[in-house]
Amino acid sequence: MAFRKFLYILPFMVLLGVFAYYPLYGWVYAFYDYTPPIPLSKSEFVGFKWFHSLVENQVKIDQLLQVIKNTFGISGLGLLFSWLPMVFAIFLAEIKSIRFRKFIQTVTTLPNFISWVLVYSLAFSMFSSEGIVNGMLSQFGLIDSPVLLLQKSDNVWLTMWMWTTWKALGWSAILYIAAIMGIDESLYEAARVDGATRMQVIRHVVIPNMLPTYFVLLMLQVASFLNNGLEQYFVFQNAFNKETIQVLDLYVYNLAMGGGSYSVSVAISMLKSLISVILLFSVNGLSKLTRGESIV
Amino acid sequence: MTTRTTDKLITALIYTLFSLFALICVYPFYSIIINTISANDISARGEIVFYPKQIHFQNYIDVFKIPGLADAALISLGRTVIGTSLTVGASAFLGFMFSQTDMWGRKFWYRFTVITMFFNAGIIPWYLTMRSLHLTNNFLAYILPTIVAPFFVILVKTFVESTPKELQQAASIDGAGTMTIFFRVMLPICKPILATVAIFAAVDQWNAFQDTLLLMTDSNLYSLQFILYNYINQASSLSTMVNLQNAGSTTIASLATKQTTTSIRMTVTIIVVAPILLVYPIFQRFFVKGIMIGAVKG
Repeated sequence: MAFRKFLYILPFMVLLGVFAYYPLYGWVYAFYDYTPPIPLSKSEFVGFKWFHSLVENQVKIDQLLQVIKNTFGISGLGLLFSWLPMVFAIFLAEIKSIRFRKFIQTVTTLPNFISWVLVYSLAFSMFSSEGIVNGMLSQFGLIDSPVLLLQKSDNVWLTMWMWTTWKALGWSAILYIAAIMGIDESLYEAARVDGATRMQVIRHVVIPNMLPTYFVLLMLQVASFLNNGLEQYFVFQNAFNKETIQVLDLYVYNLAMGGGSYSVSVAISMLKSLISVILLFSVNGLSKLTRGESIV
Repeated sequence: MTTRTTDKLITALIYTLFSLFALICVYPFYSIIINTISANDISARGEIVFYPKQIHFQNYIDVFKIPGLADAALISLGRTVIGTSLTVGASAFLGFMFSQTDMWGRKFWYRFTVITMFFNAGIIPWYLTMRSLHLTNNFLAYILPTIVAPFFVILVKTFVESTPKELQQAASIDGAGTMTIFFRVMLPICKPILATVAIFAAVDQWNAFQDTLLLMTDSNLYSLQFILYNYINQASSLSTMVNLQNAGSTTIASLATKQTTTSIRMTVTIIVVAPILLVYPIFQRFFVKGIMIGAVKG
């Protein structure tokens, strides 16, 4: 009976094996001189050549460093402002009118459910040279020629962070809202009896109760430091901002699908995945040490 | 007295800031919608800010003259319907099975499933293996990889474990097998969590872009998202084409309905986002519950 139950789930485990585990086999491409259409079986085994090639001359080192800088810059900004959803939730909970609170929550969660292509399309419709914002500005006589907001190469990290925040802030706050709702009512009462002001209640009752949630989410964010994802940066990239928008995920894509350098791309991909797993284990270990609880 | 004044000040500040952010969240959608239904020449001059002027719906008729748009809508709809049903079914079944303590190797297989949330081989190795499996330019590539979704399995499992054990035991004593218990007892009880899973899965399918980008070169398999991305970059040639088609017909294209690069782009944007905007108010109440069930597990 116990084994028959396992047989029921076997087909699904096979699916998982094929689509989640088998791609790891794709890492072998990093050790071959693979150029399509020549199949892998006829490609030459080159060992760690591609890994060495990443740092073989100054030009390549500089390029990789720029990509790493972008990744660190954008992920770093995310970490720096990782407290925003918590603050969002705290102040949202301060709103007394339930209808207004629900309305704000509904409206600010909406952007989370649209794709990055749509975000880009909205951005384009609003901010391109013939977009709505430029139209309004010239309509009111504020500018003579359109401002090219999407083609600037400076402040790309910041604008990317702003789009991420616009899309995800309301959604990320939900977990904290759940945490606030879980706070024992008697704690509030005790604070009020002691004559605590609103700010004091937030500081001494609400925030301490949210810190465990914040800590777990922060650790997960650290663990995915190198994984910015591809879509956002792919859709927002153009000839003008390529230098500063190329994060590791986008760089890997551009190398392979744009430049045909599959093997180098897989080599970087592999390093990235390995470092990510190490990061995950590290933060998990850190969590066990400091809180006595693992996060994954 | 002073604390009360600061209290009021804080309240005012909170209301203002939240209202502002809410406005920033909805205005882009609102602004584009009113621009697509206003006269195109007025819209192009940037005069549509608060409300539409000279309302017409010609844009929405015209964009479907662009070849490929209707087909892409069908592909997106197809993958959403088929993919979502299979994902919901698989998540329900696996969530239920992983709650069966007497299953052979339960702990191992549950870990085997959950751990895939935290690592991946990378997009290019994934692309290369998908290609070796002949899943490029193949509709199945939209469906098969999404069937087993660990996060949804966790959601269902947590839910099943929160239901009273006696239900399953009673059914088991009455002689019901695993499958009967699943279909007759658990499935009806799990409806709320399955609704949440269905919403998440459907939104994921509808919004998916990366798989088309990596795997599909056959334009018959392009999804709406992908086609929208292409349109953003080549809308000028499309507007010319639609205008030429209209010029041949009996209706005289006035300036108000003449397609511009922007009108085409905005109209397609609204068509792609419309399903989300339409179902969002309905599903909004489901996902808050759903994500909280997930949060309890942590």
